[in-house]
Amino acid sequence: MGTAVSAPASMTLDGKVPVGPLAEKWTSYRSDARLVSPKNKRQFHVAIVGSGLAGASAAATLAEQGYRVSCFCFHDSPRRAHSVAAQGGINAAKNYQYDGDSVWRLFHDTIKGGDFRSREANVYRLAEVSSQIIDQCVAQGVPFAREYGGYLANRSFGGALVSRTFYCKGQTGQQLLLGAYGALNRQIAAGNVVMHTRHEMLDLVLTAGACRGIVTRNLLTGEIQSHAADAVVLATGGHSNVFYLSTNAAGCNVTATWRAYKLGAAFANPCFTQIHPTCIPPSGEHQAKLTLMSESLRNDGRMWVPKKVGESRPPTEIPEVDRDYLLERKYPAYGNLAPRDIASRAAKEVCEEGRGVGPKGLGVYLDFAESIAERGRAEIESRYGNLFRMYEEITGENPYRVPMRIFPAPHYTMGGLWVDYELMTTIPGLFAIGEANFSDHGANRLGASALMQGLADGYFVLPQTIGNYLSASRRLPAVNGELQDGARRVTDRVGKLLALRGNRTVESFHRELGRVMWQYCGMSRGREGLLEAIEKIQQLREEFWSSACVPGDHTHLNMALEKAGRVADFLELGELMCRDALTREESCGCHLREEYQTADGEAQRNDEQFAHVAAWNCHGEDHEPVRQQEELVFSEVKVAERSYK
Amino acid sequence: MKLTLHIWRQAGSHSTGRFETYDLADVRPDMSFLEMLDQLNEQLVASNTEPVAFEYDCREGICGTCSLVINGTPHGPRNATTTCQTYMRHFHDGDEIFIEPFRAAAFPIIRDLVVDRSSLDRVAQAGGFISVGTGNAPDANALPIAKQDAEDALSAAACIGCGACVAACPNASASLFTAAKISHFADLPQGGPERGERVRRMIAAMDEEMFGSCTNHGECEAVCPMEISTRLIGQMNREYLRSLVVQT
Ligand SMILES: Cc1cc2nc3c(=O)[nH]c(=O)nc-3n(C[C@H](O)[C@H](O)[C@H](O)COP(=O)(O)OP(=O)(O)OC[C@H]3O[C@@H](n4cnc5c(N)ncnc54)[C@H](O)[C@@H]3O)c2cc1C
Ligand code: FES
Repeated sequence: MGTAVSAPASMTLDGKVPVGPLAEKWTSYRSDARLVSPKNKRQFHVAIVGSGLAGASAAATLAEQGYRVSCFCFHDSPRRAHSVAAQGGINAAKNYQYDGDSVWRLFHDTIKGGDFRSREANVYRLAEVSSQIIDQCVAQGVPFAREYGGYLANRSFGGALVSRTFYCKGQTGQQLLLGAYGALNRQIAAGNVVMHTRHEMLDLVLTAGACRGIVTRNLLTGEIQSHAADAVVLATGGHSNVFYLSTNAAGCNVTATWRAYKLGAAFANPCFTQIHPTCIPPSGEHQAKLTLMSESLRNDGRMWVPKKVGESRPPTEIPEVDRDYLLERKYPAYGNLAPRDIASRAAKEVCEEGRGVGPKGLGVYLDFAESIAERGRAEIESRYGNLFRMYEEITGENPYRVPMRIFPAPHYTMGGLWVDYELMTTIPGLFAIGEANFSDHGANRLGASALMQGLADGYFVLPQTIGNYLSASRRLPAVNGELQDGARRVTDRVGKLLALRGNRTVESFHRELGRVMWQYCGMSRGREGLLEAIEKIQQLREEFWSSACVPGDHTHLNMALEKAGRVADFLELGELMCRDALTREESCGCHLREEYQTADGEAQRNDEQFAHVAAWNCHGEDHEPVRQQEELVFSEVKVAERSYK
Repeated sequence: MKLTLHIWRQAGSHSTGRFETYDLADVRPDMSFLEMLDQLNEQLVASNTEPVAFEYDCREGICGTCSLVINGTPHGPRNATTTCQTYMRHFHDGDEIFIEPFRAAAFPIIRDLVVDRSSLDRVAQAGGFISVGTGNAPDANALPIAKQDAEDALSAAACIGCGACVAACPNASASLFTAAKISHFADLPQGGPERGERVRRMIAAMDEEMFGSCTNHGECEAVCPMEISTRLIGQMNREYLRSLVVQT
C-alpha cells in the first residue's frame, strides 16, 4: 500500500433525517416509527456489546421493553466500564438556575462547540432528551449535589455561559454508571438480560449483508463462541488509547468498532480527537496513562506560565509582573474557561516557546492561591477535595500550597462509527451508541456532554429507533455456516498473534505508535508530517507482524494476548486517522491544520468545501480506504465563525 | 532503587500457588506501584516468559479493578488509596515486597494475582437498585432532598466495589460493601418503597455467596480506599431489624 491518498470522493451518505421543522422532528419520528408488538418483543434477541453508560442504559431499557437482551463486556463487572472515571458532570437543559438556558441554547452551544461539523437534527434531539436523563437518574437514586433548600445544584462547565451541569462531587460518571448498573442488575436478576462479563467481542456475523450476531472470546477460558442476534449494538467506548498515553483506562480500545469497519461499516471523522487541557503531566518513560484533573478546576484555578524563558524560581516566588496568565490575556471574555482546544493549544504553544514548567518543560501552572484567599480553603476543599488529594498522591506536591502543573492529553474521540438518525451504522442491524459512534459532537465536544450523549442514546434514543428496524426486518436467522465462519476468522487471528515470538514487546509498539500519533496527528498537524506518519505506521505495522512477542497460550487468562490484538487494531486505525486528517484541508474544532490558519495563528475553517462528515469505507487489506461524505445541512442555525476572543 | 519482589504465582483456580522471587532494578520513586509491575512484566515478556497476571483498568482509583495485597495489606501501605494510586516514593531502596491476591472464599483465584469478584455483582443484583423503568420518572426537582442527606448518600455510594474490605476481614465478610449500598438508598426518599425488601434480599445473597459475617474487627474501614465508615454496618443492621418489624 502506497502513501498516496485518494481525493475526496463524491459518494454521499444519507443520514435519514426526518422531514419537518427541527423542533418537531423527534416527536414526528416517534409518532411514525413502526412498533414491535409486545408479544413479538420476546422473539427478538438484541446483543449489546459494552456495559458503560451507553450499553448498560440501553440493555436495561430494551429488557424493560420486553426484548431478549444479551450484554457483553471485557471487564470483570459492568460497573467497571470507563464511564466510571468521568468527574466533571453531565449537562441538561433544565434551566433550574433560571439563567436563560433552553433546549435551543444547549443545542446551539453543542453545534457551535462542535464547530458546525455535526448533524443538526441529532444534536437538537440530544438537547431535547437531556432533561429526561436527569429525571431518570434522580429517580434511580443518583446522589447529585444539592443546595441547602434541597433542590439540585448546577455549575457552569467548560466554556458555557449558563449553569447547566449536574454533578456528584468528582464522581459523576461513577454515580451515573452505578444508576445504569442498578437498572441493568434489576433486569439480570429478572432473567431478561444475560450478562457475559470477561468476554471480548472480536468479530461480527453478517447474513445477506445484515448484522446477525457477534463472535466473542471468553477471556478466562479462551473459548471462541458465536452468538446469533437479530440486532447488534456496539457501545464500546472511545479509542484515545491509540495515542498510548491518554486519559482513558488501560483497557479502552478500538477493536469492536474496527472489526465492524473491516466488515463494511463506515468509520466517520476518525481524525477528530479531543485533547484535554487539564491533565497531570507525564513524569517519565514508564508512564502508562495520564490522569485527568477535572476541567471544573478551571472555574477557580488560573492558568499561567513564567514570562521568561528559562525561569528557574519556584512558582510561589515568581511575582505577578513576571507571570503570563495566558488565557486571560488572549481570551479576555472567557479567560480560564476558554474551550478545551483553545486552552490546550495555548498550553502547547507556550511549552514550545520554552516557557513550560516541570520536568522537560511539559506543563503550565493552574493556580488556586487567589481562590483560596478569596473563598477560604474549606470552600475550595469542599469543591475539589478529592481531586487535590489525587494530585498530591501522584505528584507528591500539595496543590493548596504550590500551583498544580497541568498538560494536555488525548481524552475523547468524536470520531467513530458513522450512524444515521436512528443510530444505525451502514451495516443494517448494526447500531452504535455512546462514544463508539461519531454522532453529536462534530469536531469538538463540550465538557459534560459525553455522559449526556451516552445516556441519551441508551435510555431514550436507541430504544425508540431499534423497533423501527426490527419490525421491518424479516427475521433471518443467522446461518450456521456464517456463525462458524466468524468463529474461524477469530480463531485464525488469535493463532496468528500467538505465533508471534519475536523479540520486541507489544507495549513498545504501542508506545511508539502513540508517539507518532501525538507528534503528527495531535492538536496541530500538517501535510508533510501526516505523510511521514502514514509511512511510519505502515512500517511499524509490518514490524509488529514479524517481530512482536506474544507469550503464553490462549486457553487461559492471557492479558498479553488481549493487548496484542488491541494494539494490532490501533496500528491500522492510526493510519486511517492520519489519512482523514490529511484530506480535511481546514482547521476546525480541536485541530489546527498548519496550512490553514490566519496571520495571527487562529484556526481557519473552510465551510465551502468541508462542511461535511468524512466517512471511510474499508475495501480490504490490499486497497486504499474510500472516503465518502455526508453533507451537513444547517437549516435553522446560522453557521458562524467561532470566536472566543 | 532496587527491590526484591515476592509475587504469588498460580496457574489456575485449581492449581497450587507459590511465591516467586524477582529482583527489579531501576525503580523510580515517581512510578506508580503498577508501573513498577509493568516494568517487571515487560522484562519477563522480553525474555519470552509469561508475565504476572494482575488486574487494573482506570489507574486513577475509581474503577475498583486493581486488587493487590501488598505486604499483607489490601491496597498496600497508604490510607484511603487504591493499589493503582500507590506510588513507589513510599518504598525504599532494598525493600522486599510481598504481593498477593485478595483472598476470600467468595473470591476464587483465577490466575496469579487475579481473583473472581463476581459474587459482589450477585449481591448487587439481589436488590442494589431502585425499581424505576426508563421514562417513568417525575421532574427531578419535584422531590427536594436535604443537602446533608444527599451528601450522606453520596459518601456511601462512593464505594468502588473493589472488595478490599472482604480481603481485609478475618471472616471475609462483605458487610461494608453491602452496607454502603443499603445506606445509599436508605438515606434517600426514592429508596423508601423497597427499603425492607432490599436489605433482606441483599443480606441473604451475602450469605449465599459464602461471605462471612461481621464480628466488628473494623479492618474493612481501615483499608477502604473510599473511607467508607463501619458506622454504615450499624445502619444496615438497623435497617434489617426495621424490615422485620415494618413490612414494606
Ligand atoms: C477521565 C475521563 C473523564 C471524563 N469526564 C467526563 C465528564 O465529566 N463529563 C462528560 O460528559 N464526559 C466525560 N468523559 C467522557 C465520558 O466519560 C465517556 O465518553 C463516556 O463515559 C463513554 O461511555 P460509553 O458507554 O460510550 O463507553 P465506556 O464507558 O468506555 O464503556 C465501554 C464498554 O464497552 C466494553 N467493550 C469495549 N470493547 C469491547 C469488546 N471488544 N468486547 C466486549 N466489550 C467491549 C467495555 O467493557 C465497557 O463495558 C470523561 C472521560 C474520561 C476518560
Ligand atoms: S485500576 Fe481502577 S481503581 Fe485501580
